[in-house]
Amino acid sequence: MIRIWWGLLAILLGLAVLAGWLEAMGYDAPLALGALWTGAFGSWYNFTSATLVRSVPLILIGLGIATAFRGGAFNIGAEGQFYAGAIAATWVGLHVTAGPGILALVLLLITSAIAGAAWVAVPVWLKLRFGVIEVISTLLLNFVAEAMVSLLVQGPLQERSGIYPQSDLILDTARLPLIGGRLHAGFLLALAAVVVLWYLFARTMWGFRLRAVGLSPRAAEVSGSIDSSKMAATALLCSGALAGLAGGVEVSGVSYALYQNLSPGYGFTGIAVALLGGLHPVGVLISGIFIAALEAGAGAMQRDAGVPSVAVYVVEAIIIVVAALATTPKGGLMTTQVIRRIRPRAARARA
Amino acid sequence: MAPVLELVGIHKRFGSVQALRGADFVLTAGEVQALLGENGAGKTTLMHIAYGLVRPDAGEVRVDAAPRLIASPGQARRLGIGLVHQHFTAVPALTVAENIALAAGWSGHPRQLRLRSEALTDRLGLPLDPDQRAGRLSVVLKQRLEIVKALAGDPRILLLDEPTAVLAPAEAEELLGVIRRFAQSGGSAVLITHKLDEALRAADRVTVLRQGTVTHTGSPATQTIDSLARAMIGAAPDLPLVSSVSGRHRAIPPPSGRVLVRLDALEVSRESGYGIAVKHGALVIRAGEIVGVAAVEGNGQRELLRAIAGRLLPLRGRLEVERPIGFIPEDRTSEGLIPDMSLTENVALGWNDGAPWIQRGRIRWREARNRTADLLRDFEVLATSPDTKAGALSGGNQQKLIVARELARIPAVLVAENPTRGLDVSATASIHARIRAAAGGGAAVLFHSNDLDEVLHLAQRVVVMSRGLLTEAPASASRAEIGSMMLRTEAPG
Repeated sequence: MIRIWWGLLAILLGLAVLAGWLEAMGYDAPLALGALWTGAFGSWYNFTSATLVRSVPLILIGLGIATAFRGGAFNIGAEGQFYAGAIAATWVGLHVTAGPGILALVLLLITSAIAGAAWVAVPVWLKLRFGVIEVISTLLLNFVAEAMVSLLVQGPLQERSGIYPQSDLILDTARLPLIGGRLHAGFLLALAAVVVLWYLFARTMWGFRLRAVGLSPRAAEVSGSIDSSKMAATALLCSGALAGLAGGVEVSGVSYALYQNLSPGYGFTGIAVALLGGLHPVGVLISGIFIAALEAGAGAMQRDAGVPSVAVYVVEAIIIVVAALATTPKGGLMTTQVIRRIRPRAARARA
Repeated sequence: MAPVLELVGIHKRFGSVQALRGADFVLTAGEVQALLGENGAGKTTLMHIAYGLVRPDAGEVRVDAAPRLIASPGQARRLGIGLVHQHFTAVPALTVAENIALAAGWSGHPRQLRLRSEALTDRLGLPLDPDQRAGRLSVVLKQRLEIVKALAGDPRILLLDEPTAVLAPAEAEELLGVIRRFAQSGGSAVLITHKLDEALRAADRVTVLRQGTVTHTGSPATQTIDSLARAMIGAAPDLPLVSSVSGRHRAIPPPSGRVLVRLDALEVSRESGYGIAVKHGALVIRAGEIVGVAAVEGNGQRELLRAIAGRLLPLRGRLEVERPIGFIPEDRTSEGLIPDMSLTENVALGWNDGAPWIQRGRIRWREARNRTADLLRDFEVLATSPDTKAGALSGGNQQKLIVARELARIPAVLVAENPTRGLDVSATASIHARIRAAAGGGAAVLFHSNDLDEVLHLAQRVVVMSRGLLTEAPASASRAEIGSMMLRTEAPG
């Protein structure tokens, strides 16, 4: 319950700062915020083709990062794992021509998840073998993955015409079907992932062990006979697989090709999505859609009110800070007190 | 000799624990005084008060016969008092020279600091590589650095809290030499130690603390290891403990009971990784027996219990333990429970896969919750509901919850570390009753307590661990005899 209040508080604070900034800079704040809303939720088309399309990678990555957090591990390398998945997906999408219709697509999705897991397997191994902190190793591998994409799209995976640094379009059979506007079936996959993870965390021994390790690795080992480091490693691998899958889905459902800057920082925004969602799968779904709406609306805001779209990153940044604060015991206590103070007042206002 | 440091009528309470009750302590110029006592006797607290780390509730601290309020370690150092902590306090990432400069409060060019620290270590006869990072030093050199750090401020009074605990005999001897030289040059030293032979050899005076008061002080010449042990453990009647509630001497179980624990030539490494904690351990425990381990902290009992409980992999030897094993770890909130999880989840944690509410990896939480509610009622755990967070319970109720969880699985073997630490009389009695009932139901119980009285009270058989060696105490052994077995430094026989 408190977690939901936390999220709302973060969002309200972010939007309030944005409004204040718009006023101070001399923009028409009501017009800009109105455009932000319309761009994200103004029509069915805007909602599905702008907001939900963007939400798919954020939800998948957010779920992965939440899984790692729950298991006591920090995956800061989702951006790299996303690219690893995108590379694998592109390769499958270009080369697998044989087999029944759905084979190429299934293969593409599976391969991208495996590639994401493989990308995080390096930090996992370093952690288990040498005790290297995964925060650093996963983060650094992001740059390697980005450089690898850059190398591939100017080399072996470059389009046959050789003009742009991007791959050819993947085959039709490897593409995710559209389910309305530009929204592709990857959204359904994200919804399925939400349900599966919710079930795992809430109802299975595996999910319970994962949470135990995340909360107290020592007690999990001594009282639960759980191998904490193995559990944290598993959480990281799952996290990588989900980020890799996000990369595969993005190639197979949106871009149909690999190029540099395919991700506008999904791997980092995913951390905010996970924290804002309180590390709960359903929370991640909602916060993923919310952040996607913010970014979708930013374009409309720029078009209609002349406000630079990067302004919404102010909101995102504030949400990250507040959400991160919520994860610390002291910060959590602080905000709980703030909320307790606000709540009766809000109740009175309603009455 | 003139007293340099006097602690008069010191009282100190930490929460529900009365650490010191009217302790009097005098240190005179040029002497080495050994401070002895069981765990929790108040030795470290007393020294921390002299060093300004702890404020006494009542009592007076005098330095050179003048009453002083020592409010901080900085003030203590200005008065010429230095302390060597029980644990290492060097900054691992800094070099030896930097650590010494930090402790001494020197400032200046790094090259200058390096030279100064080198001059100091040479003068003290405690050589150390000034450029080595403290984290890379061996245990022996780390300990040496701690001494140098304490001596860097040129103190007149040096307090050493178990400085030889991690050292091998030869290294300990070298350290004692340094302390003696320090005293000969006019300084005064307090040496907290668990090693009685060391105290008798190195000290000019021996003082014993027991439950927060000084029970003995005098020249070591008039003392033996046995008499010191008696002063430490208390002047209890020197006869076998026969008590109506005590299991010992009451029902010696028939030797026909099934053997549930058998170890032979068992060796276990120290948890820290340095050295061997359990040397050549042999023990047999049968169904229905309660075996208590009497030992002073750090003699390998923790590793022995954890190896038997399957929480620590032994180095070599034979270890056969019937399953399931119940384990009650010493630290409730960091090992026994997850404070942020509900009581139901904490009960489920201990059960792991074998729980009746788990089916093919799926947890039926409703069933687990009902079972937890039953346990709370049966074991008289005071909690509003099974959904309460474990961190919200009192220490006694947390411990009851752990005991409830471990016993609910009907363990063949129950291993417990300090099962009643910090608990009040009624909670202690209730946990003792549960442990007895478990043994009565056919479990083999092995436990350790820092409180020797608890060991004697609850156990039917007592085994003593000293320096990693396991010895069975004869059934007729008195409290004092067991006490001196615990403190014996040489291998028996």
